[in-house]
Amino acid sequence: MDNLLLMLTPLFSSKLLIVLLFGTLFGLILGVLPGLGPTTGGALILPFTMTLDPLSAIVLLTSIYCAGTYGGAITAVLINTPGTPAAAATCLDGYPLAQKGEAGRALGMATVSSTVGGIFSVIILVFFAPLLAKLAYEFGQPEYFALAIFGLTMLSSIGEGSPIKNLIAGAFGILISTIGKDFMTSIDRFTYGINELSVGIGFIPVVVGLFAISEMLTQSTLLDQVFKRVALKAVKLPTKDDYKKTWKTILRSSGIGSFIGVLPAEGGTVASLIGYSEAKRFSKNPEEFGKGSIEGIAGAEAANNAATGGAMVPTLALGIPGSATTAVILTGLIIHGVRPGPDLFREQPDFLYGIFGAMLIANVLFFIFGFFGAKVFARITLVPNKILWPMIFAVSVCGTYSLSQSIIDVWIMLFFGVLGFFMRRFGFSVVPVIIGLILGELVEGTLRQSLVIFDGNWLMFLTRPIALTFFILSLIALAFPLLRSKKQKK
Amino acid sequence: MNNVRKQKRANKSLPFFFKDEFKVSFIIVFISIILLISTFSFDIVPPILNRGIQPATFPKALLILIISLTLIIYYLSIKNPWKIGKKLPKTFFLTLLSFLIFVIISKTLDFFLAISVLSIFVSYNWGERRIFYLLLVSIIFPILVFIFFETILGLRFPPGIITNLYYY
Repeated sequence: MDNLLLMLTPLFSSKLLIVLLFGTLFGLILGVLPGLGPTTGGALILPFTMTLDPLSAIVLLTSIYCAGTYGGAITAVLINTPGTPAAAATCLDGYPLAQKGEAGRALGMATVSSTVGGIFSVIILVFFAPLLAKLAYEFGQPEYFALAIFGLTMLSSIGEGSPIKNLIAGAFGILISTIGKDFMTSIDRFTYGINELSVGIGFIPVVVGLFAISEMLTQSTLLDQVFKRVALKAVKLPTKDDYKKTWKTILRSSGIGSFIGVLPAEGGTVASLIGYSEAKRFSKNPEEFGKGSIEGIAGAEAANNAATGGAMVPTLALGIPGSATTAVILTGLIIHGVRPGPDLFREQPDFLYGIFGAMLIANVLFFIFGFFGAKVFARITLVPNKILWPMIFAVSVCGTYSLSQSIIDVWIMLFFGVLGFFMRRFGFSVVPVIIGLILGELVEGTLRQSLVIFDGNWLMFLTRPIALTFFILSLIALAFPLLRSKKQKK
Repeated sequence: MNNVRKQKRANKSLPFFFKDEFKVSFIIVFISIILLISTFSFDIVPPILNRGIQPATFPKALLILIISLTLIIYYLSIKNPWKIGKKLPKTFFLTLLSFLIFVIISKTLDFFLAISVLSIFVSYNWGERRIFYLLLVSIIFPILVFIFFETILGLRFPPGIITNLYYY
């Protein structure tokens, strides 16, 4: 109960409230702008968080996450372009409904279902994360190794890219983490005599490069794209009839989104697609889907926002990111010296419950901002890319430089920007690289320490029940995309 | 969509070494092999100090995994070619060129001059012709960013012909 009261901390701290307001507004702007979104935006703001205390920094990142995920729906409904990948399913019914002259109704439903989904997932987070953390007390090095492997194999089934390409990208991410001095023996690896490389490659240059700079290059190929905007008078709250039609869908999608979010590496995009297809499956009017179904909007939006809280569960309880944006949040935790895991729950409950409370408030705030300001936020899409992206470049460069005041970091950022562009062009998702980079040290460290414990006997991993369970789950995660594609072929 | 189909059809008629799938797989395998070879030059820890495995073993295993998975995706691409977007436009290459210009100017002249040059270069090549907006992205905004980082965040930027005017 005391811990639950700690959730009110952000309400009584003017500094945290300002951070929350700024984060929610910034998240909405990022969500509205196609190509940006909470992941890229979080990566951009990450260096600036160094000037804040750890709680304010993570509150800022999580409020961007919650609001940015919702913001994607505004452009999905009004210009048929998802502001974030997680809003892709919202386009299917949001835009057709807006074309019928009901943009206000579509956005009203998106706002309400996103808020309900978001709040539902925070409740799941508050109750489920401590339980998972308690379970993690039983974990030794072999269990953590098996868990990290499970997290990495889950990359094979994330929405973007082919499963094998995702695994290659994940392995590449881990490989990057091995650059520099070996943390157990201090032997140089892949440094080739370059002193700057001996401390390894920082998270921020890679994250900003892979998300922001590669997106800038992508935008340079899309300059001839023309957006057709639907007029919006005002956002309308759903009618009684709409609520009657959708309340079951909203609850179902909230549950689905939270569950998908909890799974390592899965995020809002997968959640919204499943939420949408399940809404269609259970609907009394499935033929309306794709033509402006209000249930379709509710299904997709409740699920993608529910994934936000869900994705924070493994991130905070185990240190395994639940989605691309939580990988950025995890980076934020690490650079602020906060190591997620069971000890965090025992030693810093005020910090954790402050984050939970901030997420809850962020969901309420984006409801208010979205309801009264969607029309204004929609106008942000009018800022032309030819002005916006050079500005984003300037911020990216200075932000990356600011962390260790090293020009090498800026060049590394540019290198990963170009690499990220080509990876995406050839169907490799960049998200696994980040997750691999974050988990790299954990994977190698726990493997080597386990082998010390087991006296070099690899088979001993199979004698640990929890580790064995994770290995079996890893095999299932690897087999799942294969089985899914076989089923689709049939 | 049509572009993707056309590209796919055009790809089918090409000899295998011209296909994107081969080129990408070859580059990954080639770089991985070079890195793999370089792991053999990592120092070896004497058995008494070694904990678990040698420092080179883990990267070696990763590189072998990457090579194996790349060979699998290449094999699968023979049956099912990749969907690759349309040809890259001129603006992409100009943006890439602007990165190179940025690196050269930031190394030789000035960090903020490099940002200004890149901003005006990108904005102009992406189609902006209005003088005010070109000035906004290339001068006004970088100055605001400089002031923000310098005064609020207390950051010191690398010396250069413009930055020195402020510092000295």
